[in-house]
Amino acid sequence: MEITAAQALVQCLEKEQVELIFGYPGGTILPVYDALHDSAIKHVLVRHEQGAVHAADGYARATGKVGVVVATSGPGATNLVTGIANAYMDSVPLVIITGQVATGMVGTDAFQEVDTTGITLPITKHNYLVKDAAQLPRMIKNAFYIATTGRPGPVLIDLPKDIAETKIKFNYPETVHLRGYKPTFRGHHNQIAEAAKLIARSQKPVIYAGGGITRSRSSDELLALAETINAPVTNTLQGLSSFPGDHPLFLGMLGLHGTRAANLAVTNCDLLIALGARFDDRVTGKISEFAPQAGVIHVDVDPAEIGKNVAVHIPIVGDVKQVLQELLPRLEKRTDTTWLEQINAWREEYPLRYEVEGKLKPQYVVEKLAEITGGTAVVATDVGQHQMWVAQYYRFKRAGGLISSGGLGAMGFGLPAAMGAQFGLPGEQVVMVAGDGGFQMTMQELGTIVENKLPLKMIILNNYVLGMVRQLQKVYHEGRYTAVNFKFHPDFEMLARAYGIKGYTLRTKEEVDTLLPQALAEPGPVLINCLVSAGEWVSPMVPAGKAISEAIDC
Amino acid sequence: MLHTLAVLVENSPGVLTRVAGLFSRRGFNIDSLAVGRTEDPEVSRMTIVVDGDDRVLEQVTKQLHKLVDVIKINDITADEYVDRELVLIKVNADHTQRVEVIQICDVFRARIVDMGRKTLTLECTGNHGKINALEETLRPYGIKELVRTGKIAMVRGTKNTGYQENGAKEESL
Repeated sequence: MEITAAQALVQCLEKEQVELIFGYPGGTILPVYDALHDSAIKHVLVRHEQGAVHAADGYARATGKVGVVVATSGPGATNLVTGIANAYMDSVPLVIITGQVATGMVGTDAFQEVDTTGITLPITKHNYLVKDAAQLPRMIKNAFYIATTGRPGPVLIDLPKDIAETKIKFNYPETVHLRGYKPTFRGHHNQIAEAAKLIARSQKPVIYAGGGITRSRSSDELLALAETINAPVTNTLQGLSSFPGDHPLFLGMLGLHGTRAANLAVTNCDLLIALGARFDDRVTGKISEFAPQAGVIHVDVDPAEIGKNVAVHIPIVGDVKQVLQELLPRLEKRTDTTWLEQINAWREEYPLRYEVEGKLKPQYVVEKLAEITGGTAVVATDVGQHQMWVAQYYRFKRAGGLISSGGLGAMGFGLPAAMGAQFGLPGEQVVMVAGDGGFQMTMQELGTIVENKLPLKMIILNNYVLGMVRQLQKVYHEGRYTAVNFKFHPDFEMLARAYGIKGYTLRTKEEVDTLLPQALAEPGPVLINCLVSAGEWVSPMVPAGKAISEAIDC
Repeated sequence: MLHTLAVLVENSPGVLTRVAGLFSRRGFNIDSLAVGRTEDPEVSRMTIVVDGDDRVLEQVTKQLHKLVDVIKINDITADEYVDRELVLIKVNADHTQRVEVIQICDVFRARIVDMGRKTLTLECTGNHGKINALEETLRPYGIKELVRTGKIAMVRGTKNTGYQENGAKEESL
């Protein structure tokens, strides 16, 4: 029996065990929506396409499944661009289906036509423009395979309306055959053996674990590695929550706003074990002084990341989980403590600190949140100062507990990403932490949250300024604050109420102490507007062009 | 240093854009790029001449590998290979100069493919150096129009840089 390509698409999604789609309908994608009418797949109608793609991103990070997004052509597709780029930078598996004008109209500047595959070419792992309806099932099979294997990432399928309506004989391929795409999963044996030898020889090793650990869900292997070789662990932003925040070997985050202990450990180590990390500029600072005396073992699933920014002594291309599983039995238990004593001395000398007294401090709210939730909540952040405070002060004890926009640094990510995570983890405590700036970029999704009865807890660290930009102006522009002070915000508690969401406004430490536990324990969605001091700076901070050992206090 | 890459790609729409886009957004310098289909109609072959040191070339190769439509990459710079460019040159050649131009044409084993009242159009194949030499030699006569293909290249002997089903992408590390 023949069915339309749109119906075939929905059946393909069912075969891929897709349970949830985030989307927004429109003219050219109508055939797909018509097919969805008869499907068991739940479609979440968001309020803006950007909300859909960030939500799918949060959902994918929280669950490890593929996030699926559907949008229409033209503005539907362009509204996705930020979210697609975000997923691409942070290696999140998404499959995005966009409508396109009918093939006869393509290239004529038709209504709601844009060159979607052209626009998304540099921000997708791969994309397809469907020109032959019979090829669609094969493309979808490939899309899911490409999105999830190797270094994960977004894959987009652009589907012209007439193609979607074309009848085809449906047959979902069982296997994938892509002669140009053969990711490496298993690390090279000899290289792994060499790594084990180098580890045994090292006196001052540091494990630098990034998003690859999070994405491949290798927290157990990371913990085993650290405890076996007795080596301290530092995380990148994407790696945070993959190692217990209260573990004696944990150094905290490294880099631009990393702890001094982490940055000094990396600067002075003789062996850097980089696991699923990419030596991003926010991590390395002045690259020539990054781990200058160290041998480098670099494990990454993407060969292009190895040797891109720093010279590597032992490159290992492979899935970090599999590589660690193969490496662990080759390692001997180590108990020497000289290096750890040095690290503990740094830790004691340079703790993270802020002044608790006076006006309510954003750091205090984050610390309190960590205390109340025991570090086990899933925390989705927006981008800015609050994001760094969560990274510094929320001691994660749940693997995959942090969902944050790292590579792209996209404000507006927090709320929809938290929403997507809550969809994926319905029984768990999910908390958004956002600033007053980023929250207002995507706060239209409050409607989606209420409509779907999500018990999401939303904390706004509201200081009436664009704090991180202001901090940059303080450090680099002599405090000439331009376009960073808000003169008006809505009353967020009232705004919440307008949506039927319970709202709180917390102004003091005491209010946080008594009301935050209460707010977090509410059964439904809650918005917690924390009016915090605008005088706080993210500290320490590595000035531009400086080595990470040269951090300043802000 | 200039490197010559023989790149096999899927003969699919947009593949040239993908490759060219990759070069421009990552700041790699293409010296020349020639593309056409191979013995297999589903596979095209690009000959890309890239300027860069070994580190740049390593990144170029690895980033190209990440494109799903790229099947195989060979850096043939260090191999013995045959390379050719084709040039068409329309050069001034009135009756006073015509004989000289025809003689130059003979020396370079170029062919005259068209003749106007005051011009001759030459076709010549050869490696980069030979084409450059021909161009320089004809320049004093007044080149009206010139078009060159990029370089295409193939390794000498029986070594095969084509696509074999199980050859796949070779490991770069």
